[in-house]
Amino acid sequence: MRVIVDRVCKTYADRHGHEVRALDDVSFTVGSEEFLALLGPSGCGKSTLLNIVAGLLTPSAGGVYLEGELPPGRSATAMVFQEFALFPWRTAQANIEFGLEELGLPPVERAARAREHITLTGLAGFETKYPHQLSGGMRQRVGIARALAVEPAVLLMDEPFSALDAQTRQLMQEELLAIWERTRKTIVYVTHNIQEAVYLADQVIVLSRRPGRVLASLPVELKRPRVEGMIGEPAFVGAAERIWSLIKGEAREALREPGA
Amino acid sequence: MSARIPAPDRTRALERRDHPLVRVLALAGLLIAWEVVTRTGWVPALFLPSPSGVIQTGVEMLRSGELLTHVVTSLRRIVLGFGLGALGGVSVGLAVGFFSLAEAVGNPLIAATFPIPKIALLPLLILWLGIGEASKVAVIMLGVFFPMAINTYTGVRNADPLLIRAAVSFGAGRWSLIRKVMLPSALPMIFAGLKLGAGTSLLLLVAAEMIAANAGIGFLVLHAQNLMETTKLMVGIVLLSILGVSTHWLLVRLERVAIPWRA
Repeated sequence: MRVIVDRVCKTYADRHGHEVRALDDVSFTVGSEEFLALLGPSGCGKSTLLNIVAGLLTPSAGGVYLEGELPPGRSATAMVFQEFALFPWRTAQANIEFGLEELGLPPVERAARAREHITLTGLAGFETKYPHQLSGGMRQRVGIARALAVEPAVLLMDEPFSALDAQTRQLMQEELLAIWERTRKTIVYVTHNIQEAVYLADQVIVLSRRPGRVLASLPVELKRPRVEGMIGEPAFVGAAERIWSLIKGEAREALREPGA
Repeated sequence: MSARIPAPDRTRALERRDHPLVRVLALAGLLIAWEVVTRTGWVPALFLPSPSGVIQTGVEMLRSGELLTHVVTSLRRIVLGFGLGALGGVSVGLAVGFFSLAEAVGNPLIAATFPIPKIALLPLLILWLGIGEASKVAVIMLGVFFPMAINTYTGVRNADPLLIRAAVSFGAGRWSLIRKVMLPSALPMIFAGLKLGAGTSLLLLVAAEMIAANAGIGFLVLHAQNLMETTKLMVGIVLLSILGVSTHWLLVRLERVAIPWRA
């Protein structure tokens, strides 16, 4: 499944009724089975864009199109949230089954698909635990399993690991790569972390500060499967430095803005 | 020469002890003091019967079946009124909390009728429904309905918007949202409402039974006073206390079963 983001603009009214331009004429294409990172300083509208792709926000102009086959029993998109957004009243397994319920799958099939993704995300043994009984890393595994269980054509991830501590984040990145190698989903991954974007993605779209515009679209010339050792390679360092030089000024200006 | 000073121990200010023995002694002490005051004749039994006398009379009333009639009559009224009121309150609260149209209709109506002391409606209810069971059940129902509706509404409105967005991102429709997000989000508030409503319903039960009834615990208390049977009166009061405490205990247990995700 390809994702075509076509001249998307988003304006909304802030608390005082002033018009704020969050996204300005953003266009790019995510190829089938591509891992795309959407990178930008805070307040660049990258989460807004992801929410538009997920159908949770409507663009003010332009549109988002999904191109490809979508068999029944599968969802077009599924989202992994920064703050996990797990239902506290559901056990890990019941959380994972949520999307399957909404797809209208019968209980037996739901349980089977949930099992499969519990194994895939390393949650075996934690099925009956409630979110508050799980660590941050385990919670986000449930978040990922919940999204993968609906077998989405496109997986949307909104800074999924930024609420985790540094060590857990690193482990989760590796696991995500392993899962991606196996499932080959089209992924749109929002992050403000340059190293993370370069380490994970095939293509990095760099957005400017508000109003968000595409500053650059950079392919990452690193082999797959990615391993930790690549972080020191010239290709990695070069890509990271290029992105940093692009957004350094933007980030510096963002620092002076109140309450971002 | 450097001195060696122990790190300051400031835990005393943070300490809070449980005093389990004192808890028991406080209750036992009250009963003993009460017994002593009445036994020695300081206070005449007509004003304050002794605890042992209250227990004795209670057992006699239980044997004769008198107690059971009153308790069963009261329980039926309270269970019916509480059940119907809670059911209605939760349904209306969910609807008003979720649908903007229901909110536009319901909010001003609830705001206008909520402050009326429900016992003031009893004469009107008796006029409409007769002096029998229906008017008593109805007044309890009304008393429970409002805290339940308002609490459920608040619970629904305070549902985490992130969870709502997550549910919608997985294709949840309105009915799914109500059932799978709003209702469980509101459960803690619903239980707070149930505990509040339990107190209100006991109050309204006694009031209604004192105004117009020939059975029930409220009737027992008032009737005993008319006949100067203070011991029977006290039996009624102790019964009400037991009823209140056990309802609360039951609701707390029920809450733990219904909300297992609250650590």
